[in-house]
Amino acid sequence: MAAPLCVQLEFGGGAELLFDGVRKHQVTLPIQPGPWDIRCLLVWIKENLLKERLELFMQGDSVRPGILVLINEADWELMGELDYQLQDQDNVVFISTLHGG
Amino acid sequence: MPAPVLCQSCGAGRAALRRPKTGRALCRACFVAAFEAEVHGTIVSARLFQPGETVAVGASGGKDSTVLAHLLRLLNERHGYGLRLLLLSIDEGIAGYRDDSLEAVRRNRGRLGLPLHVLSYQELYGWSMDRIARHVGPKNNCTFCGVFRRQALDRGAALLGADKIATGHNADDVAETVLMNFLRGDVGRLRRCAGILTGGEGTLPRCKPLKHAYEKEIVLYAYFQGLDYFSTECVYAPNAYRGHTRTLLKDLEAVRPSAVADLVHSGERLAVREDVRMPTQGICQRCGYLSSQPLCKACVLLEGLNRGLPRLGIGKPSRLQKALTGAEKPEAGFQEDSEQSSNAVRTIDF
Ligand SMILES: [Zn+2]
Ligand SMILES: [Zn+2]
Repeated sequence: MAAPLCVQLEFGGGAELLFDGVRKHQVTLPIQPGPWDIRCLLVWIKENLLKERLELFMQGDSVRPGILVLINEADWELMGELDYQLQDQDNVVFISTLHGG
Repeated sequence: MPAPVLCQSCGAGRAALRRPKTGRALCRACFVAAFEAEVHGTIVSARLFQPGETVAVGASGGKDSTVLAHLLRLLNERHGYGLRLLLLSIDEGIAGYRDDSLEAVRRNRGRLGLPLHVLSYQELYGWSMDRIARHVGPKNNCTFCGVFRRQALDRGAALLGADKIATGHNADDVAETVLMNFLRGDVGRLRRCAGILTGGEGTLPRCKPLKHAYEKEIVLYAYFQGLDYFSTECVYAPNAYRGHTRTLLKDLEAVRPSAVADLVHSGERLAVREDVRMPTQGICQRCGYLSSQPLCKACVLLEGLNRGLPRLGIGKPSRLQKALTGAEKPEAGFQEDSEQSSNAVRTIDF
């Protein structure tokens, strides 16, 4: 990777409550030896953005079942899930279905 | 970058999701059309509504009831159901608690153009939760709130002259409830909980038009349609047992997405052996709500509050029943009302 990646992260459906109630985050991911896939992104989110209750967001190295992920407005199940390699200016949305209303 | 997956329905659009029920990849437009058509199909095949009915949509401001209200308004117009729809929200009267969710309901009312009625515990029962809490103390007010909440939609809808109540329960909710009732051995509830249209005989019929809709699709439908809803603290928080059941279901769903539909199906098809004794279902002498005792739990609690003995309704139900109903003796071999175990089943979408 030649340059740092800029991506937009969005949390909704109650997931934002784990991030101080902030829905949109413009983040810059540092240069790293390997590619930035979603697996790495989740680790980065855990270490840099998540404010509370990790167990409500993650399970193992993935998101907790019941949290939907959209990459550039498409279901991550169609995009390779954890193996998807982030591109500059990508948009990743996490929507919780686990929060009541 | 992987090439975008194409829609398996129209073959032209970029696929936006994989449907959990069928595994098919659909574009946004095809998904929205299919989702709406399926809910319409459910409504028609289960004969949920009759022309001319007034339907109260239980509106909590959350995702399920927001999508339900939106769909019913849309399908009512598109297919000419001939329904009079109204939104019904309940305000428990806890300072600050409903402010954000009622705000979401009000924003949606504007968008939907449906009449909204917010009924408070004060209007329905003569007591707000804040006032009840001052009388009974913080330890017991959850009992009151839960019991009153179970009946609030029924009382509210009856007050508004509605013929029917529609709630936003989705396939995941029903599957979870089937699983939980099974785990608890609650046969009476197990038999009822998967029904799409329940009630009647003294209480208003209730229906669940989203019964076959997956939570994932409801949330994505709301997202794609730009519907605005309110989310509160995690559903894992309040009830540990339901939380574990939910986790189990979500984990199963991750391995095999049809698990949700399969459980709903199991709930529908389960037959209860003839010789299994069911709790006797009667009707409350005072308010007409379903109750296996002469007075329903809400009326008992209210009686306690109004007599200035608020703790009367907590614990030992049968002795109290006897005291309150006076002359009328309860039948011998009375069954403990299963409705009285608090937090047992989330029957109302709040
Ligand atoms: Zn399509
Ligand atoms: Zn009653």
